[in-house]
Amino acid sequence: MIHFYNVTKIYDNGVKALSDVSLRIRKGDFVFLVGPSGAGKSTLMKMIYREELPTRGQVMFNGRNIARMRSREIPYLRRKIGMVFQDFRLLPQKTVAENVSFALEVTGASRKYIRKAVPAVLQRVGMLDKADCYPAQISGGEQQRVGIARAIVNNPLLILADEPTGNLDPETAKDIMDLFNSINRSGTTIIMATHAWDIVESMKRRVIRISNGKIISDEESGVYGFAY
Amino acid sequence: MRISTPVYCLREALVSLLRNSWLTLASISIVTISLIILGCSLLLVMNIDYLAQQLESKLEISIFLEQDLESEEVRNIGSKIKSTTGVAEVKFVSKEKALEEMKKSLGDRAEILDSLEENPLPDAYRVKAEDANHVPALARSFEELEGVEMVRYGKGVVEKLLALTHWLRAAGFTLLGVLGLAAVFLIATTIRMSVFARRREISIMKLLGATNWYIRAPFLMEGLIMGLIGAVLAAGAVNLGYFALVNKVGQSLPFITLVTGEDVLVRVSGLLLALGFFIGIFGSFISIHRFLADKKT
Repeated sequence: MIHFYNVTKIYDNGVKALSDVSLRIRKGDFVFLVGPSGAGKSTLMKMIYREELPTRGQVMFNGRNIARMRSREIPYLRRKIGMVFQDFRLLPQKTVAENVSFALEVTGASRKYIRKAVPAVLQRVGMLDKADCYPAQISGGEQQRVGIARAIVNNPLLILADEPTGNLDPETAKDIMDLFNSINRSGTTIIMATHAWDIVESMKRRVIRISNGKIISDEESGVYGFAY
Repeated sequence: MRISTPVYCLREALVSLLRNSWLTLASISIVTISLIILGCSLLLVMNIDYLAQQLESKLEISIFLEQDLESEEVRNIGSKIKSTTGVAEVKFVSKEKALEEMKKSLGDRAEILDSLEENPLPDAYRVKAEDANHVPALARSFEELEGVEMVRYGKGVVEKLLALTHWLRAAGFTLLGVLGLAAVFLIATTIRMSVFARRREISIMKLLGATNWYIRAPFLMEGLIMGLIGAVLAAGAVNLGYFALVNKVGQSLPFITLVTGEDVLVRVSGLLLALGFFIGIFGSFISIHRFLADKKT
């Protein structure tokens, strides 16, 4: 579903974030991107949702060449991708339910559909009872559940998660990972950048290790630890 | 492309306008002021044009005769005028007729003439020249005739008026240009503030796949509201002001005729509203455009 062909990214300030990266991710995969800060994990993910363009090389997603996409097509690309962030990125002045329905509103979904879909997805992440709370009133783990609900409410083909457990304690992190697992089992592809080696090891999934903008290993059901 | 609902736009726009209330007020005021100036200069130019036109069509030489001339002398002068080359038409206006005309033009206020014991107006000839360019020379020659008290013609006035409208038009448009730019700039600043206040929300909207038009719409609405409120205030002020002016002038300076009729004010107001609309949209567009510009595409 995702192909990188010899992708190099050099930022305007001269920093080389990715260097000749090629990789392939199939539909339904659960892939960890690991490596030190600044290795290029975030850049790689930004290429997929067209926040950044490759300096050289091609990125294919769902049969489309992303670099050649016109800017007015970008919103429709992003509706196929759910994003989860380390800092949750919820809107503080909106309630849990409003934050989730916001993702549907911006795509122009009907009111009727929104009223049906939002409680269902909140139920799925276990946040239905806190639907009317504001982000400041709930814990970090709960906020991330809302973030995940917002990411999946559009039924995306792919979830990009950048350090989704980075701000959470290990216990909560494990719950969040269980949630990602169940989403993946229902067929959604997941790419997750993380530092949390214990999670990676326990999940026994594909692991792509990046360092200095290069892929240094790519193993099915790999472990993370020894390179550090 | 799907555009967000009007209700959503309106709500977001109003919230932003209230949040930056001082800037909003400043923006609306400058739109109002610049459009009032435009409206006034437009009306002024229209009136002066109208006045010049009226004068031009009446471009004739009035030859006022001395009082107490014998009718023989009056006829004599008349035939001399008629025989002057370049004269197209000569009309005699007796003092009685002149008084009647004056009464007619004064209308309701004609009774002020009733108190006169005798007619103070002189007999006069009105001459139309074959060619307007010869009017000054003709006038000079009539002045030398015996029994002629005074010769008048409107030529210089007309030219001065036309020069004045030209100048006024230029000044009005320059002023409008400067103030219009200031208005656009102020609206752009207001919008930039509200974009800045919502930058986090906007970045999330972009990640969630909102189209640029969806993101833009509330801000355009915000600019539009400011522009239109400014324009409505300006149109109201110009209408009321002009209405009052027409009344006042009609009462105290009855010989000045102003351009009236509702269509004039409707046209001017329509233009002001259109400009307010344009200023508002343009101001907000330049602010959001820079913010939404997709990098490297």
